[in-house]
Amino acid sequence: MASEDVKILGGWPSPYVMRPRIALNIKSVNYEFLQEQFGSKSDLLLKSNPVYKKIPVMIHGEKPICESLIIVQYIDEVWDSGHSILPSDPYDRAVAKFWATYIDDKWFPGLRAISRAEGEDAKKEAAEEVIAGLVLLEDAFIKCSKGKSFFGGEKIGYLDIALGCFLASLTVTEKMGNIKLLDENKTPNLFKWAEKFSSDAAVKDVMPETGKLMDFAKVLIAKSKAS
Amino acid sequence: MENKDSTVKLVGFWVSPFVQRVRWALKLKGIEYEYIEEDIFNRSHLLSELNPVHQKVPVLVHNGKPLPESFIILEYIDETWKHNPSLPQDPHERATARFWAKFAEEKLFGAAWIGLCSEDDEQEGAVKSSIEALEKIEEKLKGKNFFGGDRIGYVDIINGWISYMLPIWEEVASMKIYDPMKFPAVTSWISNFREHPVIKEEYLPSKDEMIVYFQWRRKVLKGTYPPMFSNLVKKI
Repeated sequence: MASEDVKILGGWPSPYVMRPRIALNIKSVNYEFLQEQFGSKSDLLLKSNPVYKKIPVMIHGEKPICESLIIVQYIDEVWDSGHSILPSDPYDRAVAKFWATYIDDKWFPGLRAISRAEGEDAKKEAAEEVIAGLVLLEDAFIKCSKGKSFFGGEKIGYLDIALGCFLASLTVTEKMGNIKLLDENKTPNLFKWAEKFSSDAAVKDVMPETGKLMDFAKVLIAKSKAS
Repeated sequence: MENKDSTVKLVGFWVSPFVQRVRWALKLKGIEYEYIEEDIFNRSHLLSELNPVHQKVPVLVHNGKPLPESFIILEYIDETWKHNPSLPQDPHERATARFWAKFAEEKLFGAAWIGLCSEDDEQEGAVKSSIEALEKIEEKLKGKNFFGGDRIGYVDIINGWISYMLPIWEEVASMKIYDPMKFPAVTSWISNFREHPVIKEEYLPSKDEMIVYFQWRRKVLKGTYPPMFSNLVKKI
């Protein structure tokens, strides 16, 4: 049976790990969440993802699937319970994939760059880039949502998952850097969307609490300064 | 868009390996299209209109709607014209194909490009990374004619640049990544790919023109990591 024996190897802080968990929740598929110890890699991880040795990995039966967005597509293709995660129209599907690639290749690295930026000017410049990205995504939201609540329309879809998994990191970055990135005035639709996404049934139990994530981020920063 | 335009247009640049993938994908499906050459160093309004976010080629235009990014275009083509599928039907095999395409792009193409545009320690590191990636690809190809088995498919199209462009980069940058003696499965794949009846007949940029072009790119880019791969650069 398709829903038997699904494991997700990952860690609670990782936005990438959130993605397949949300997808499985949408499909109402039960899974075992195997948390990696931070700082070390389990034998199971090394065996199931020998190429990258990274989380998340989904193990379905005996078969490993790697790379978060590839896993989400796999989940959508295997289970037709719940609702479709990717749009049904090939062009809409391609547009969703385009923005997801943009988020992973450009936008999220830009977000990470804020905390690494040294000096006020560099921080400001990095923040402006992230905001410019959000303005693009606001426009994408208007086009993709077609007046509904999510990028995917009435329900959470691929692009909601691709961006929404970074909301907790975004909030932590805002708080720690004392800056505003997701602005109600600049990107009103995204601002509203963020709330709806975070409180969605498929999301709320897997999204890390801001306080907990901030503590984790501080530990990471302290560790990297010590080494 | 006013009228539904069912013609297919491909906006490209003569030497782009990304555009080449789309040419192959369209040819393998027997899809007729109009090719529009765009000088990426002297961009026209067309690219700003069709790909406002990145302003890059390739862009596929179908039914009046533009689509950039070769990976995305290839999947779109496969989903829209369902004969001769390039991706497998089985979801796990599809996930595996997507994984290997992404891996090869990041770890081989990305590293080889850095090798082309660098020298000394930087180049040495990039070459080492490229060889490591090629070793994994060699393992993947053992006992197979193509990445997916007997039939040419998505991963072959994505990696097709290895068969004609990698040797050019190696020559221009005086680096050695692909040694036929060390990579027999890759060697066999290159031959199968190049001899495929459809691939064989399709346009390829000329070797001499590629050498001149990449010599110029190397000169311009040496010592700087090209923006397209800046997020992939790791300490080597």
